[in-house]
Amino acid sequence: MAAAKATRGTARPPSAPPRPRPKGAEGRAGSIEQLLAAKEIVISCGSGGVGKTTTAAAAAAMAAVRLGGRVLVLTVDPAKRLANALGLEGFGNTETRVPDAAFEAAGVTPRGELWAAMLDTKQSWDNLVVRHAPDRDTARRILENPLYQNISGKFVQSHEYIAMERLYEIHLEGHYDLLVVDTPPTRNALDFLEAPERMADFFSSRFLRMLTVPYRSRLVNLASKPFYQVADRILGSQFLEDIAEFFILFQTMNAGFVERAEAVTRLLHDKRTTFMVVSTLEAAPLHEAEFFIDVLGDKGFSLGAVVLNKVLPGYLHGEQAARVAERLCQDAPALAALLDDAAGDRSQVERVLMEIGENFRNYQVVAQREAEQRAELAAAPEVVATVPYFDTDIYDLSGLLKLAESIWS
Amino acid sequence: MGPPELLDRKLLFVTGKGGVGKSTVAASLALLAAERGKRTLVCEVDAKGNLADFFETGPTRFEEREILPGLFAMSMDTEASLKQYLSLQLKLPLVARVGPLARMFDFVATAAPGVKEIVTVGKLAWEVRERHYDLVVVDASPTGHIVGQLAAPQAINELVQVGLVRQQTGWMLDILGDPMLTGLVIVSTPEEMPVNETIELSARIGVETNVDLAAIVVNRVLPELFGRGEEEVFERLDRPEVTAALDEAVHGDVEPVIQAAHLAVTLRRTRAEHLEHLRASVDPSIPMLYVPYLFVRSHGLRSTRQVAEALSAELGY
Repeated sequence: MAAAKATRGTARPPSAPPRPRPKGAEGRAGSIEQLLAAKEIVISCGSGGVGKTTTAAAAAAMAAVRLGGRVLVLTVDPAKRLANALGLEGFGNTETRVPDAAFEAAGVTPRGELWAAMLDTKQSWDNLVVRHAPDRDTARRILENPLYQNISGKFVQSHEYIAMERLYEIHLEGHYDLLVVDTPPTRNALDFLEAPERMADFFSSRFLRMLTVPYRSRLVNLASKPFYQVADRILGSQFLEDIAEFFILFQTMNAGFVERAEAVTRLLHDKRTTFMVVSTLEAAPLHEAEFFIDVLGDKGFSLGAVVLNKVLPGYLHGEQAARVAERLCQDAPALAALLDDAAGDRSQVERVLMEIGENFRNYQVVAQREAEQRAELAAAPEVVATVPYFDTDIYDLSGLLKLAESIWS
Repeated sequence: MGPPELLDRKLLFVTGKGGVGKSTVAASLALLAAERGKRTLVCEVDAKGNLADFFETGPTRFEEREILPGLFAMSMDTEASLKQYLSLQLKLPLVARVGPLARMFDFVATAAPGVKEIVTVGKLAWEVRERHYDLVVVDASPTGHIVGQLAAPQAINELVQVGLVRQQTGWMLDILGDPMLTGLVIVSTPEEMPVNETIELSARIGVETNVDLAAIVVNRVLPELFGRGEEEVFERLDRPEVTAALDEAVHGDVEPVIQAAHLAVTLRRTRAEHLEHLRASVDPSIPMLYVPYLFVRSHGLRSTRQVAEALSAELGY
């Protein structure tokens, strides 16, 4: 992997690719396996609670096992359980290698390496400021500014932006063959796609100049006068001055920021980057997934796969099984009598037969609802993978690999 | 004197991790309150625009609209809220003519954290202050953002030293900080991540905001499939010779039904563990309301009503 590690910039060395690629991988991928083999960046997205962090980690782990190379999973807010599942005590902003012991415990020998990192918004912002500030003193003044401390975690969709920025940074460093990225739960699916652009717009904004110029020159031009009158009355001039001072400092980083944000946008559009939309078959997350799929298409991003998580088992769909369940409910007394104490007290058997019949019918209602939801998933992407409803939570690497196995090929 | 009953407060913020049914619970609490004769406003803060679906009504807008008797609905629009605020409260005559107000607001709100939040919270607190409604139910930001939303008046109060905003934050803080008036409801499900977020938030809320945690609603609680001693009976039923006899008697394969029962039992068991963890980790004085998992097809008014009924029973009505 030394060759991969030495790779700088976005280009791969022309010689000897670090891992084999399946045939036909140049074109559209036909499976999650092919997708992960063909792309360098896979961005997992979807609404909160659908399991996109776990799915991202599972896909990354399986890629490290089967495809080899160095694979990094960059997550936003991992459950402690996920860290534990990866055999780590926890992991932070710096990349940490998942120990081989964790793979051994899962009974596999990975061909490659799995690394994990968590996005620390505040830390990443601080790093960004240090990188882009013209000198150390300016960087220090920005970092110490109370407004910055309040703002860095919050403004201009900073969380979404910094996730994409960090991704860009890691990709640029070229240490990894594959980056699987989990995205922050967004209020709006567009947020992190547009965050880099908005960041660039923000720093080139006329209003930013209006806000900052007069406090330097103390000359308020006519055009901006009403703006200040209103702004002053609402916010108070002291606050405006605080904002202005902060942005004057921040503007010293303007050029670097704009350039960088544009580079991040290009990377998201690059054909080596693809999106994996994760959803459950519940109405609200699926609605959001559909919306997201549309947006990806409209904006020219690559939709690599749709992963449907926590799908109820297929045996719940059978019509014959439904009739059986109905019989169990209706004929419970007769059936219990027929079994003649083979399973225990007759009245208890009767109740149990009714309960399991009713239970089946309950779950079938949900399974049918899911099936309808799935049918409505109008935009048919190349890869739709289904993860069954696991009875228990995933506590270790073998659990993650089991999940990955279900979507792999 | 202890805190009032949930629906006797005036302002309820309903939060929860994405996907747990936060909007369903907010809609159901509002429906329940309205059905109990309270003039109720339900407000959707995140512009996902699906609050209307829970009532099967047309899209909601910033202007409140009576969607059911005594139940009014609106969706938050920070810009419209600011305009209303400026004209109604500050009596700023300029407003109509300030062309770039929207853009300016957008810019300042983008730059200065808390501005959008305070305009949102301010509008809702104002409805309470003016006593326009008996109860305002807010389908608020998800757990990841709710602290920022509720702490905004305090943060602004500290950042902005003078000006009208500063003057305005005082009364907002009074309303938000009064447990007789305002409460937070956290919605969770008995699953790992929602439970963890609920525990984390319930610890943070008292430290970082002055809003009282009024209740935790645990949504989608799976019913116990078997009564006492019945699981053993089920295990005896699940033996080849017994299932074969059943297959013959019902002229079909009972295996899927047996499997579904196993699925229900394990799901219930896993969830019960998460629920236990939740109960053990939050202040026992916080009321917990349980809403059963609804095995229903639709997500419309009918299921909103079913959740409202479950909440009604939990509240002892």
